Amino acid sequence: MKILVNGAWRETQREELAGALEELGYGGSVVSTAVNGEFIAAALRARTVLAEGDRVEVLAPMQGG
Amino acid sequence: MLQLYQMKVGSRLMLGTARYPSPAVLADAVRAARAEVVTVSLRRESAGERAGQAFWSLVRELGVRVLPNTAGCHAVKEAVTTAHMAREVFGTTWIKLEVIGEEDTLQPDVFGLVDAARILCAEGFEVFPYTTEDLVVAERLLAAGCKVLMPWGAPIGSGRGLNNLFGLTALRAHFPDVPLIIDAGLGVPSHAARALELGFDAVLINTAVAQARDPVQMAAAFALAVEAGLGARQAGPIEPRDLATPSTPLIGTAFRG
Repeated sequence: MKILVNGAWRETQREELAGALEELGYGGSVVSTAVNGEFIAAALRARTVLAEGDRVEVLAPMQGG
Repeated sequence: MLQLYQMKVGSRLMLGTARYPSPAVLADAVRAARAEVVTVSLRRESAGERAGQAFWSLVRELGVRVLPNTAGCHAVKEAVTTAHMAREVFGTTWIKLEVIGEEDTLQPDVFGLVDAARILCAEGFEVFPYTTEDLVVAERLLAAGCKVLMPWGAPIGSGRGLNNLFGLTALRAHFPDVPLIIDAGLGVPSHAARALELGFDAVLINTAVAQARDPVQMAAAFALAVEAGLGARQAGPIEPRDLATPSTPLIGTAFRG
């Protein structure tokens, strides 16, 4: 299934968000996620099922003013 | 001590963490500023680079309180969602709420700001809204539940100082008990000293320190300025006057009469 991760198309075999993050190399990272503009808390990632074309945002701490 | 929601803060200088030449310089600047609060943000993370993880480790080692922002958000929903994401990542209900309305000046969209503040305050966030000196907007933000305001000095990164002195002074006078932190636009330590002398409670500096030729020295200079400004405010400055008054007593002056 193809999903849009941080603006780039990526292929994943996993249907749930937690698995897709693991597969895409985010395992163990401190990140926060949103799917199609809706915040998905870490505790809900395992239960969040992705669909073809979903827009996934994976954000992490960054410098800010 | 300055009361910011449930937290008492000793330092009146807050520091942004962006645009430093290196992480090491950032860390040294935070120490030189004696800052207790630094602002941070959220950005897209690359699984390969994991830049965010390294940055977060650095900030945690500094032992400072973080104030996450919603920088770059132009819509209420974006800002609210970013706040939710920041709360989870940073483990704080503090949020520096930015809803940008105009690209050239990065002026806040104050209508969206009030809407977003109302939503986030109702959800239990402790909101630090980046706003203008507009009194009505300030009223609305306080009515929405904000207990701190962050009026701009001048457009972000401009270094112009306190652009609307009259408006800012009026804001301070209208809300004597609300913590007011000047955020954005200060360029040199004298701007920060002036802000504290006028009764503002703190300043948030980023570009003026990060982009200085020597950010660490500039951070130390800002720390001194803020201390001087606060001390002057507490000491009770004299009122400016138009005519001279001799500082040396006239009684007993030689050759008179």
